[in-house]
Amino acid sequence: MSKINHHLTDEMLLSYSAGSLAEAFSLVVATHVSMCDECRARLDAFDAVGGSVLNDCGEAVVGADSLDATLARITAGEDRLPARKTKADAVFPAPLAEYVDGDLDAVKWTRVGGGVRQAILPTSKGATVRLLHIPAGTAVPDHGHNGAEMTLVLKGAFRDEFDRFGPGDVEVANEDLHHTPVAEEGEDCICLAATDAPLRFNAILPRIAQRFVRI
Amino acid sequence: MVADTGESDWVAVMRRIRDDRDQEAFADLFRYYAPRVKAYLMRGGANESLAEECMQEAMATVWRKVELFDPSRASVTTWIFTIARNRRIDVIRKERRPEPEDLPWGPEAEPDQEDVVALQQESERLAEALGSLPEKQRLLIEQAYFGDLSHSEIAAKTGLPLGTIKSRIRLALDRLRHAMK
Repeated sequence: MSKINHHLTDEMLLSYSAGSLAEAFSLVVATHVSMCDECRARLDAFDAVGGSVLNDCGEAVVGADSLDATLARITAGEDRLPARKTKADAVFPAPLAEYVDGDLDAVKWTRVGGGVRQAILPTSKGATVRLLHIPAGTAVPDHGHNGAEMTLVLKGAFRDEFDRFGPGDVEVANEDLHHTPVAEEGEDCICLAATDAPLRFNAILPRIAQRFVRI
Repeated sequence: MVADTGESDWVAVMRRIRDDRDQEAFADLFRYYAPRVKAYLMRGGANESLAEECMQEAMATVWRKVELFDPSRASVTTWIFTIARNRRIDVIRKERRPEPEDLPWGPEAEPDQEDVVALQQESERLAEALGSLPEKQRLLIEQAYFGDLSHSEIAAKTGLPLGTIKSRIRLALDRLRHAMK
């Protein structure tokens, strides 16, 4: 894995740790954290805040038979759950593989124009997450949306006027960013992108400035 | 086990559950954490019976995942929080919860004891630091961690503009970090 230069924001990590982030964005966070030890450590710190909050939130009365009922659940179910690990040589880290039900070769792509393909993954309403396959040297299709966008590179790389995003890098786009990302030559770029408003590809229009809002 | 059991003691309890499938050790853990997990779920909007059900499922998950607990990365309290949070999303919000891949510690690769002690002590200091925050900041952090309060919902509840909320949470976390130095 090459060095990761673009990380998750504190706001993202806090919302994910608190459990208030939409499922689509949570999938991008979980996938990035699977690839990035630095953000995993930062997430651990936010979770530790959650632990302190749990410890201080008071005590509810539990049922008299509550412990026995819980032991019965344990006996009735699986005894020990195995670790969820990313398969060797897989492009998709474990959390993403669970949503795709497989690796890159299991994705059911749909064409969106300009050689670009997408696959929208099933998540709860309110935000959408999709895989994007952008051929090497091709511009990411112009699209308009009204909300936030978070894009994680899984394979290949893309560049815009300002920066380069390689495997593991995550771009959290804000409303000030107007850019034209292009997949690098040499290798197709596979990305995981979450948006919190319906995303409209503008295949016909040459270029529309993208509008972003930071979460 | 009593209420002032330290984080390191809970690590030892977890080892007994992991290595010996010790139901007495689990009962100790349950008596301390079950009422807190249930309170957390009720503060997050669950009614009593759903919170009880969800708490039992969370505590059963603690048993099932005990081999995945890494005391060099989390205190027992923090780890149980993550399980309770995921159960809340699953059962109460009825959504899937994407989680990073597991980094388990196995019998052949026990974490370094020094790392474990350091992490457990840091967790206790973080809890103390959180407790000594000004009331307003502590409240905001609690609101963020209980229930489905987004930043904008926090703003709506307190009547504060969103930018202020974000900077307050960031300020609170900065203070926490400094308090831990």
